Amino acid sequence: MRSDTSKLGFILLLAPLLIWLLTLIILPHVGMFIVSLREKVGIREYETGFANYAVFFNEPLYWNTFARTAYMSITATFLTLLIGFPIAYYIAKLTRGRTKTTLFLMCLIPFWVSELVRTFGWMILLRETGVVSSFLQYAGLTSAPIEFLYNDAAIMTGLVYTSMLFMVVPLVTTLDSLDDSLIEAGYDLGGSSLSILREIVIPHAMPGIVSGCIVVFMLSLGNYLTPILLGGKDSLWFTGLIYSQFITRFNWELGSAFGFLLLGLSSLIVFLALKLSGQSLGKTMGR
Amino acid sequence: MITTIPQSTAFRWTYRAYVTLFFIYLALPLVTVCVFAFNDSVFPSLPWDGFTWDWFFGTETPRIGVFHERPILRSIVTSGVVAFWVSGLSVIVGTCNAFLFVRHDFRGKNLLYILMLLPLIIPGIILGISILVFSSSIANTLEEATGLWFDGLRPGLILVVLGQFSFITTFATLVISARLQKFDSSLEEAALNLGASKWGAIRQVTLPFLFPAMLAAAVVAVLMSFENFNTTLMLVGSDAPLTVTMFDRLKLGSTPVLNAVSLLLIVVSAVLGLLSLLLKRED
Repeated sequence: MRSDTSKLGFILLLAPLLIWLLTLIILPHVGMFIVSLREKVGIREYETGFANYAVFFNEPLYWNTFARTAYMSITATFLTLLIGFPIAYYIAKLTRGRTKTTLFLMCLIPFWVSELVRTFGWMILLRETGVVSSFLQYAGLTSAPIEFLYNDAAIMTGLVYTSMLFMVVPLVTTLDSLDDSLIEAGYDLGGSSLSILREIVIPHAMPGIVSGCIVVFMLSLGNYLTPILLGGKDSLWFTGLIYSQFITRFNWELGSAFGFLLLGLSSLIVFLALKLSGQSLGKTMGR
Repeated sequence: MITTIPQSTAFRWTYRAYVTLFFIYLALPLVTVCVFAFNDSVFPSLPWDGFTWDWFFGTETPRIGVFHERPILRSIVTSGVVAFWVSGLSVIVGTCNAFLFVRHDFRGKNLLYILMLLPLIIPGIILGISILVFSSSIANTLEEATGLWFDGLRPGLILVVLGQFSFITTFATLVISARLQKFDSSLEEAALNLGASKWGAIRQVTLPFLFPAMLAAAVVAVLMSFENFNTTLMLVGSDAPLTVTMFDRLKLGSTPVLNAVSLLLIVVSAVLGLLSLLLKRED
């Protein structure tokens, strides 16, 4: 009797998980894959095949955009790590008590604010009549307004800003757990700052670095707002292509193929990152 | 603080300057957005034309403030309704998941755990389109078979809620599991020894212990739902939530009314964010 009720309880707990995963995650992706294999041969007539994928590979604009999105996202990830690491180290190791809490909170606040608002802030700063341009004119550094928006540098600024917190927060968490005495021991044994960073700090922070990089890369790759708003109409971001196939052109077959390619790319890079660093998804993401 | 480590004064000051610059960079866009909400001009840009409350309380065109701007108020209500359902659903499912993963051992547990984490690494826009494609094909099949209309499966608020729920549940599961792992199960056993039923012990002992984490998960879910854009954009019908409405406005050209909305959003998100931290601190 007792084992019967516990079995019932188990099934009742399992059901929501299975329903959620099946109807909202697994089946939709399978469905999307099936749609991506549909070739339109006439009105309401379809055949199965890889024609949509062939369209992608035969049209340079499509795969150029794809490669560009990947390349820009990887660059953004590196920049975020490079800028964020010293900050995380400062918060985790060089401050304590109230200062530490305050700095950490200051990092978190922009992360809570809508991405749209953050991007909007950068638009006000960078546009031709914006704050930066006006300030430069006021300071006498330039005589005419400068347009800082609608180029790759603007997109990069926005991407790094948007994802910074997703890098800093896991880094602070892992660096916090590094015992200070290990660093001191490194110095006692005659290590230089650089060798200690390389041999003690970075290896210890690796789970944080990997999970930060994965999240930042994913967010950049799947970002839509920042490239469209800061990069202007010609910003060429792959999610923009997916959106236009779905909503503007109503070509769901090609859009699904694009979606699947993006998903494939992101999974591949996440997989490679996990393999190269010897981490696992459960360990890094399921914190 | 590591005080024993030798560092040159120059290095220390460079480091501090770098950290200061970083925090200026973090604050700059948000501060700018807030400041321009009070600029007495119809564009959110320089020159500064003086201070005004018009973008909050103005009633005449072109200076209709947020509190009199119907479409924006309506989209805030829409966002609120969506956030309510997303947060409720994801906390319920998240709590079940937490009990399942923390308390039970079964075949395929690891696989299910990895599947549960997947929404973290699927781009939001792809979650959106896959749900869009899937629900439309079901709607088409059902409509052909029955001749009835299934509007709930077409882009609209139900799909927006489901789309956001699909990935926010993962976050809720992680937050609630973390707290459940810290639960001392001898407390529950004590309740059982004292004659409580299994469900009674969970309701009287375990759930009150979990409550702060559930509330924190709910607050985080509301925040994430409010600010979500990518998934929502693909599933939105005629009633647009706030972020989509603001995006449409931004594409047309912005007025300081958007700064005023943004300022309100910043304040509300900061308050909710701090609240979720306070709740988690009870751990």
